[in-house]
Amino acid sequence: MNNKIKTITFTGIFTALAIILAYVELLIPPLFPSLPGIKMGLPNIIIVFLLYRKDATSAIFVSLIRILLVTMLFSNAMAFLYSLAGAVLSLLIMILLRKLNLLSVVGVSIAGAVAHNIGQILMAMLLLDSSELGFYLIALVFSGIIAGVFVGLCGALLIKKFPSKLH
Amino acid sequence: MEKQKTTNKRHLRNDIILVAVLLLFAIACGIYLFFFRATGDAVKVTVNGKPYATYSLSENREVNIYTGNNKQLNRLIVKDGKAFIETATCPDKICAEHRAIFRDGESIVCLPNRVVVTVIKSDKTDAPDAVT
Ligand SMILES: [Zn+2]
Repeated sequence: MNNKIKTITFTGIFTALAIILAYVELLIPPLFPSLPGIKMGLPNIIIVFLLYRKDATSAIFVSLIRILLVTMLFSNAMAFLYSLAGAVLSLLIMILLRKLNLLSVVGVSIAGAVAHNIGQILMAMLLLDSSELGFYLIALVFSGIIAGVFVGLCGALLIKKFPSKLH
Repeated sequence: MEKQKTTNKRHLRNDIILVAVLLLFAIACGIYLFFFRATGDAVKVTVNGKPYATYSLSENREVNIYTGNNKQLNRLIVKDGKAFIETATCPDKICAEHRAIFRDGESIVCLPNRVVVTVIKSDKTDAPDAVT
């Protein structure tokens, strides 16, 4: 019982943090206004942290609740489908890589960011049936690498500050 | 401690491999898209920069494009979903030597006769389809 309450509290706090980071990201003017998918993915700092200091389940929970709430607060249904596709692919890749223990935090974060962008593009291709999006994908792979390095470094810093697992 | 160090080294090496693979993938995608773009379904012909006609790529046809008071001719062939210029009265014959085009955005240009044939996806344009 006590454990359950603890889990719910943790999930709530981290979801709130992820939403705040998503909001902060909305306030920063976009680097390339014509390419709406290019973002830093700041909420992913929380997801990476949870993967290393809590568990995959809480990372999945926080990520999905975050997307649902951010969509309801600041966005629309179309954007929800893109975000969801990106988040699911990104989570799968990051959980797998975390388990395999092949990469550093930064590496896992890079793979997650690129997977996020690829998931979004695949969904857009499905919905819009456009071949032009292929070129977009290339830009998103590059930006995913840069975003992944930044998010990964932030995540690694946070993980260092909390040296033991959260229970 | 020593073990942690080697693990970090291994991780860093793998990180670098990951980034290298991703960059190679992006470059390969770029090359692929550049050379193997999606196929279009019609060709748009312009003469002197003005729309002349649009022909669907789905049915074979042969069209004579007369320009310059009917003194100049480019013979456009649409066959098996591809378009090419068979013969032309222009001096350089570059257009006639151009390989058949079929990918969205590809074009054959005849500078002397000022004829441009461009592959389009007809759902992207509001031009009337298949004018003969
Ligand atoms: Zn010519």
